[in-house]
Amino acid sequence: MATVLLPGSLLALFPGAARRHEVDGATVGAIIEALDRAVPGLRDRLVEAGPRLRPHINVFVDGVPADLATPVGRASLIHVVPAVSGG
Amino acid sequence: MTERVRLLVGTKKGAFILESDIARRAWTMRGPLCEGTAIHDMIVDPVSGAILAGGGSAWYGPSVWRSDDGGTTWSHSSAGMTYGDDQPAVVTVWSLATTPDGAILAGVEPAGLFRSEDGGATWAHVEGLTKHPTRPTWGPGAGGLIAHTIIPHPSDPARTWVGISAVGVFETRDGGATWEPRNVGVRAEFNPENRFPVTGQCVHKFALAAGEPETLYQRNHCGVYRSDDGSETWQEITGNLPTDFGFSLVAHPRDPDICWVIPLSAPEEGRFMPGAHAAVWRTRDRGATWTRSDDGLPTHDAFLSVLREAMARDTLDPVGIAFGTGTGQLWHSADDGDSWRMITDTLPEIWAVEADVVGD
Repeated sequence: MATVLLPGSLLALFPGAARRHEVDGATVGAIIEALDRAVPGLRDRLVEAGPRLRPHINVFVDGVPADLATPVGRASLIHVVPAVSGG
Repeated sequence: MTERVRLLVGTKKGAFILESDIARRAWTMRGPLCEGTAIHDMIVDPVSGAILAGGGSAWYGPSVWRSDDGGTTWSHSSAGMTYGDDQPAVVTVWSLATTPDGAILAGVEPAGLFRSEDGGATWAHVEGLTKHPTRPTWGPGAGGLIAHTIIPHPSDPARTWVGISAVGVFETRDGGATWEPRNVGVRAEFNPENRFPVTGQCVHKFALAAGEPETLYQRNHCGVYRSDDGSETWQEITGNLPTDFGFSLVAHPRDPDICWVIPLSAPEEGRFMPGAHAAVWRTRDRGATWTRSDDGLPTHDAFLSVLREAMARDTLDPVGIAFGTGTGQLWHSADDGDSWRMITDTLPEIWAVEADVVGD
């Protein structure tokens, strides 16, 4: 299973949700769908029409910038990171 | 039963709730709520009592927040709030309204309308509005191409008005299947080739007159207007107001002759209160004449702006009125707008103010 680490600002929207998840999925998109089953509503916070990652959401698979189609390995480490943006 | 007054304040960095007894002199404040999401509109569902907040996050997208316990705990959703994968993404929520038949409507950016039949858990696109034949010509105002003011007709569930910037007022009389522009008589001074187009007007805010479901007041980029025929035609009532421009307007809860506006300097002159002298203006005669009210407001160096949803009134007698500024000041009048006191001057940029009266 891949390991997914979610950011604190996202966890704040889902009280009780864990930061670390062990998830099966062949792509980043599949991983997010699996996360949405564990944390209903989470997909809509990360993915917009397209479908594609929201403009200020970054996902890294084993340290490499990724999109929804990026393949995920069985032992991959996935970081979800909100962009350094705002004011 | 003890009554309390609440001010629901949407800001760039979350929602705040202020509460007072009905004297409305001393306020307590809670916040920021909604996890810092920029909140563009807040309303109270008159049936359930739920507080609803609409907005969006640059990171996490649009959302409608709901609290059924007075703002202590919240849920949020934008499920179904999409035009489809081959269309532009919905960026944020700008406006909310409840309908007489128990639904919730949300106006969004880019401009469109969504409807929820389950209290905001899921949303469905009201396609008739965005399928209007004028849609390819719709252009944004300075705040984007947004659907803002939503007013369901108080007694006819088939009728709803929506304001779109910078497109104009639209009305449906068949439950949202089809919509018609309602901009006859409204100036579009920024369009030198046609000052009175069918669409392209920059409506900023409108409101129903109390007890007269066919009378509406409109705050426009180019003046203030009143319609006496359910928005079919508008007549200008800018009259002796100091400028053409402004965003906010509220109508009296019981007297259809009274409404309040906050004029601002012209767009090219800063969009702040004219002369940096703060004032709210009131008509008691349906817009024939306007009277300045500035008792308690700063008379100089007040470079304040007030956005379309950032003024509200309660339903008490005398009426309480509150407005929030782009620089985080929240002002309040407990006497029909005759005099003003500042509640706080340290909030984030204020986008929305709502006022309601609740019983313990």
